[in-house]
Amino acid sequence: MILRRIAPKLPEDKYEQNFADINPPFTPQQSLIEASRCLYCFDAPCIKACPTRIDVPSFIQKIGTGNLKGAARVILSANVLGESCGRVCPTEVLCEGACVLNGSEERPVEIGRLQRYAVDYVLDREIRIFQAGKPNGRRVACIGSGPASLACAAELAQRGYDVTIFDRNPSPGGLNTYGIAAYKTRAADSLREVKMVEALGVKFRQGVEVMGRASHGSAEKATSLTNSLRCHPARSEGSAFQPITADSSSPSALQNDAGAVLGTMAGVAPSLEPVSCVTLDELEARYDAVFVGVGLGETWDLQLPGEDLDGVCGALQFIQRTKSEAFAQIDVGPRVAVIGAGNTAIDAVTAARRLGAESVYLIYRRGEDSMPAFRYEYELAQRDGVTFLWYTTPLAILGRDGAVTGLTCARTRLEGRGRYARVEVVAGSEFVLGVDMVVKALGQRPVTEFLRSIPGVEVNGGRVVVDARTHQAGNPKYYAAGDCVNGGKEVVDAVAEGMTAARGIDALLSHG
Amino acid sequence: MPDLSINFAGIRSPNPFWLASGPPANTAGQVMRAFDAGWGGAVWKTIGDPIINTTSRYGGIDLGPQKLMGFNNIELISDRSIEDNLREMGDVKKRYPNQAVIASLMVESRRDAWHEIVKRTEDTGCDGLELNFGCPHGMSERGMGSAVGQVSEYTTMITEWVKEAARTPVIVKLTPNITDVTRIAAAAEQGGADGISLINTINSLMSVDLDTFAPRPTVRGKGSHGGYCGPAVKPIALNMVAACAKRVEIPISGIGGIATWSDAAEFVALGSTSLQVCTAVMHYGFRIVEDLADGLGNYLDSKGFASLDDLKGRSLANVADWGDLDLNYKVVADINPDLCIGCHLCYVACEDGAHQCIAEHPADGNGRRVPRIIEDECVGCNLCALVCPVHGCITMKEVETGQPQMSWKDRTRKQRQEAGVAYTPSLWDQE
Repeated sequence: MILRRIAPKLPEDKYEQNFADINPPFTPQQSLIEASRCLYCFDAPCIKACPTRIDVPSFIQKIGTGNLKGAARVILSANVLGESCGRVCPTEVLCEGACVLNGSEERPVEIGRLQRYAVDYVLDREIRIFQAGKPNGRRVACIGSGPASLACAAELAQRGYDVTIFDRNPSPGGLNTYGIAAYKTRAADSLREVKMVEALGVKFRQGVEVMGRASHGSAEKATSLTNSLRCHPARSEGSAFQPITADSSSPSALQNDAGAVLGTMAGVAPSLEPVSCVTLDELEARYDAVFVGVGLGETWDLQLPGEDLDGVCGALQFIQRTKSEAFAQIDVGPRVAVIGAGNTAIDAVTAARRLGAESVYLIYRRGEDSMPAFRYEYELAQRDGVTFLWYTTPLAILGRDGAVTGLTCARTRLEGRGRYARVEVVAGSEFVLGVDMVVKALGQRPVTEFLRSIPGVEVNGGRVVVDARTHQAGNPKYYAAGDCVNGGKEVVDAVAEGMTAARGIDALLSHG
Repeated sequence: MPDLSINFAGIRSPNPFWLASGPPANTAGQVMRAFDAGWGGAVWKTIGDPIINTTSRYGGIDLGPQKLMGFNNIELISDRSIEDNLREMGDVKKRYPNQAVIASLMVESRRDAWHEIVKRTEDTGCDGLELNFGCPHGMSERGMGSAVGQVSEYTTMITEWVKEAARTPVIVKLTPNITDVTRIAAAAEQGGADGISLINTINSLMSVDLDTFAPRPTVRGKGSHGGYCGPAVKPIALNMVAACAKRVEIPISGIGGIATWSDAAEFVALGSTSLQVCTAVMHYGFRIVEDLADGLGNYLDSKGFASLDDLKGRSLANVADWGDLDLNYKVVADINPDLCIGCHLCYVACEDGAHQCIAEHPADGNGRRVPRIIEDECVGCNLCALVCPVHGCITMKEVETGQPQMSWKDRTRKQRQEAGVAYTPSLWDQE
């Protein structure tokens, strides 16, 4: 990204300081003290507040008795991503929000940190909690390697399925690896969890684009998740497409059983374009079921003049860089505007500040009480010294020599109440905000075109329509979960849905 | 997962965890729920001629925010008819053939009364009998419970009566309210008991209401001594279990403050075959058995033990007489200055409460004040490490004294030899 002006680089140790774990792990003594605060409620509200129904009192009691392996088993058997959920879950509105201690004059038990403590114990020691099931000869393909797919794959592998994950990124983990603020979790943390799934025999095909069905029978026009890759039939051999790489000796995306791309497990490769592709037809032909966990796509466009200027980027694209590149190498403008007020917008403003931007503006057309971000995320941004421009909307991005120089904004007024009140621009209120970088954080667009290309699958408002009990999509061979079904929720929701889908697949295939 | 199953004098259960005779094992409904939750066995609440209970019955003692460090009760044996209890016991045993169902019995000290109750009870198909010679309150005033268990002769005699009629294993439950519990253990063994269980509850008066001056638990302004149990009694129970394990051959069912898998492992290491739990269930419910079994299994795994037999009695050889301890072994306290938070609790404890071996230290340039151990003075008593609030901050490190091992017994023997004095046994030695 080319910027007109670049914020001065910080001393190297300052970056690590700025992106240090915001909620550091418990020491053994802290864990015992915190565990002793748990009342070990019966029929506990915290369990019901967790989308994956982790038996919270049970695992905390086990931490208290020193049975850490047992504690980790309780967590991971309900939620294979229990470690990252312990870090990134909005616990204030989930388990900790439901803690009965809120009803007394005490703060709730720090369930998230205890959960992370227990799972770290087994991850640090590489203690195996799961065993792969006895092979049942059935094969399942998962598209995407984010939380939904990982949960689905782990559950199926324990039931004896042969699972292969196809993912377009060089490193696995999806948003867990590339999309969460670096001070909450690092990519390496996500990869430790991926490794646990891999140890169950799940195969990862990274850098592989899955091509949707072509509407007119031509692979040339096949629908990819990003339209960034074209599969050329000329390059395909037999039923499998050859990967499009300079190295013609590379094995095909389908046959590469060595999982060569997992060589990147040591470090995370920056998000690159996929290097090979497979089609849905091929997956259908080779697998007994296909799980769709593709999440969402690119950030919504602003649809404003100047959007193609250098210095304009999507929030996820920006966050992704903080997860896969050295902090010092990521340029930010001295003045940054972030458009939107969701949790991703918070990730973007805090990242910009922590990378050295001097003035960071969060621009939202509604008021503080309507912002979608969680309260504690908002407070985090406040502590980081972010300037909030409420009731403000961008009208145009200004530039000189192809790069951003400012943002024309206007004040707004709401007609009605709440988040869905109609926004009106106040005439004559326009002003120019001098900025060097504009980050779009309006949420991610669904990959509707890809989803619609799956025959029989119904897509409503960008979301795959599934049977809530099994997560089976309209096409009986297809199951879906995570953001592409729920429109964009938490990691823990994707895990819960992925596990439901795994049970649905198992019910179909084992009794079918 | 290692094998947690046990065989206690012929009573088999899938794991060593039995509900102790008490309120949680009062009805078939409770016992069946307990078995569904994973309990390996249950000793039914003591049956005998039905009694009438008081309200209130239970008392508790908290330690800071921790509820029920200790617990007591003045509840008596079952207040349900013998017929109802026996019918339910039989039903449960039929539905749960793999779990141990053990009857707890207490009748008046007549031979025919014991013969009759033993026969009626065994007709239920239960796996064994536990004789309640331990209950310290109420029943003892009527010549039962600990009134029997405090007298060796009665213990032997009634055990013999029971064994005359019994076809299933007989366990004698011992009271801790006695000077030397091992004598009663030996008396039970002599009477033919197949096993012993201990400890029953300890005589206690829970607390006094300083407004009404009534003892707790209170029954219309009055209170009575009751049986004390819960986490606070565990050290007393461990000592008694170890002492009995060294004295008798028959298997031991360990009881007393077991709340976690590590408590259970300690009882096994000191010679217990089965483990009985009551107070922790009364606090948290039957569900605690999941972590008891899971944690114990993980522990055995971590030690490479295939079954509980590998752990059983492993600590007994290390339980010694004081006179056999090495007087030339020396440890001194060591404070980790990086962990010290400067509270000086160790200093004041040592200075006022022990042996004046810690020097106060003025704050350093960073405002930190880490006390200093005077190693030459330190007697290695552990007190500072015990009061230190920071895990791992004060440790006791071994100091090489260059002296050979020498116990008190070695020393006195050597002194006599050097003085040329012949050994004359004392009154104590003759004991």
